Amino acid sequence: MCSFKRKNLNKHKGGKRVKTTVSKQGKRGKVISWGFLSPSLLGVLLFFVLPFFVVIYYSMVDNPINNQFVFFENFVRVFNNMAFKQAAYNTFRFSLVAVPLAVLLSLLLAMMLDSKIPFRSQFRTFFLSPMMVPIASVVLIWQVLFHYNGIVNDALSILGTGKTDWLKSAHAQIVIVILFLWKNLGYNMILFMAALSSIPKDILDVAVLESASARQIFWHIKVRYISSTILFVTIMSLINSFKVFREIYLLTGNYPYDTIYMMQHFMNNAFTQLDYQKLSAAAIMMSIVMVIIIGILFLVENYFGKDMEE
Amino acid sequence: MKTDTAIYIKRTKKKRRRQFVKVLIATMIAAIFATLFLMPIILTITNSFMSASEISANYGQVFATTDTGGKTFIAERVNLKFIPDMVSFSQYITVLLKSPDYLFKFWNSVILVVPIVAFQIFVAAGASYGFTRCQGRIKEMIFFIYIILMLMPYQVTLVPNYLVSDWLHILDTRWAIWLPGIFSPFAVFLLTKYMRRIPTAMIEAAQIDGAGEWQIFKSICMPLCKSAITSIAILIFIDYWNMVEQPLILMSDVEMHPLSVFLSKINEGEVGLAFAVATIYMVPPLLIFLYGEDYLVEGITYQGGIKG
Repeated sequence: MCSFKRKNLNKHKGGKRVKTTVSKQGKRGKVISWGFLSPSLLGVLLFFVLPFFVVIYYSMVDNPINNQFVFFENFVRVFNNMAFKQAAYNTFRFSLVAVPLAVLLSLLLAMMLDSKIPFRSQFRTFFLSPMMVPIASVVLIWQVLFHYNGIVNDALSILGTGKTDWLKSAHAQIVIVILFLWKNLGYNMILFMAALSSIPKDILDVAVLESASARQIFWHIKVRYISSTILFVTIMSLINSFKVFREIYLLTGNYPYDTIYMMQHFMNNAFTQLDYQKLSAAAIMMSIVMVIIIGILFLVENYFGKDMEE
Repeated sequence: MKTDTAIYIKRTKKKRRRQFVKVLIATMIAAIFATLFLMPIILTITNSFMSASEISANYGQVFATTDTGGKTFIAERVNLKFIPDMVSFSQYITVLLKSPDYLFKFWNSVILVVPIVAFQIFVAAGASYGFTRCQGRIKEMIFFIYIILMLMPYQVTLVPNYLVSDWLHILDTRWAIWLPGIFSPFAVFLLTKYMRRIPTAMIEAAQIDGAGEWQIFKSICMPLCKSAITSIAILIFIDYWNMVEQPLILMSDVEMHPLSVFLSKINEGEVGLAFAVATIYMVPPLLIFLYGEDYLVEGITYQGGIKG
């Protein structure tokens, strides 16, 4: 028994004997609860947390044999690396395009499923199914679709545009964005659907009675209620957009076209070279960016959490 | 009076008609999206019933390596076909009977993923109970670290994983993928969120009746979390069934790679059976999806709102 309230209650009772047995029990409960936690805690410490300190150490020494402290030299070296710059720029550009699209389109899908269209549960199943399919399984058909002589180019040639070599040109990023959306829209849509269905019905009813237009209902009620979800989905999409390497690797292999050379490609090369300094410095820079993003997520959640309670 | 009602009826009719048009447009947009979403999956499945020669005649060009000069049978255009000329099971027969390489890789996937799903949940069940009972400042901080770790992309977490695997001499073995997977904080996070919703009154009642911590864990918390555990298992499964980064970095032996990586390395010669392999590979997650769509949706909904 270790809830705070319970302890206070016992104080009021004043019985000394009761108090000691309870605190003894509480201590035991506490120890046991740490016991339950310990396997996971040890694993996480061993595989994630402790080696991360080694990573910090590696990022600041010249090499693992010499162990000479160079502070930020590795960071400067990585930061000036052309491949790193390219990877960072590509990742940034990809996220800038893919994330807003992922949020808007999934909101659109969720709104459609929230309205009174027929076959709603079937549509939900259809929209979710790409999430289940392993990328490796559909990569083949994706290559067929976007091949230079493939069906997409055929369809576009009817519209009168010239052929593009989708995967081996600057357009490769478009293909990746489409694949990303295909895979991730369903997940976002479910989050939006949950948020939309949590809007109190009576508020919507009142709005209809007061003859509010659909647009007013959307902007003044729905968007206000789901605003925290919009931000949550945005940030989750941003985090997921860093994982798009999977798709790119399976589509184009280790050496993709320049515009889809991503951070993970850079890391993979560093792994094959076993350049611990480069790896560590890049990982730490990436984790700093992530901590900032996660920090924003938490600030936003706190802010909206309070807003809703009032 | 009469005219008023007439106008009213007219208006509602107009409104209804407008409503109908709206629903129609929404349905049509949804249908278009659904077709686009399903097309790659359906095409992969239908193409798996083509004979090998039909595949290489149609798509040979796509998967051809640099020298196609000598081969004349390959079509100039890439003919995407929705329905095969002749339904044939030759791809499946080759995969299942004649070239065991792919079945072997499929088995690699199973043996990598199943233990991760089972033990990650096993570890997480204990951990989430630990996080739920006796909450305090320190535990809150640890939980916060778990959330940050969960959200970190592979670019960050693979570096520490690699260092530890190297140090433990488990690099290039399955343990290098199993262990970080088993201790991944993802399941801990979701299950803790779920378990914290169990009313404390329930647990206290059990305590008064003399139940120990183990009994509370086993007989109250676990049964109540059954559906949550199913959803989490599905989410973990689809994530690891799709794994690419970990084997690439932690396992240099291509023979041990799962199908999710190996499938993309299919070359011209084997294109005739690639679609069958791809279809076989998506069968397990699709079956799980058919059985557990609602669990999946519930699991995703629980992820909404990190702090909850």
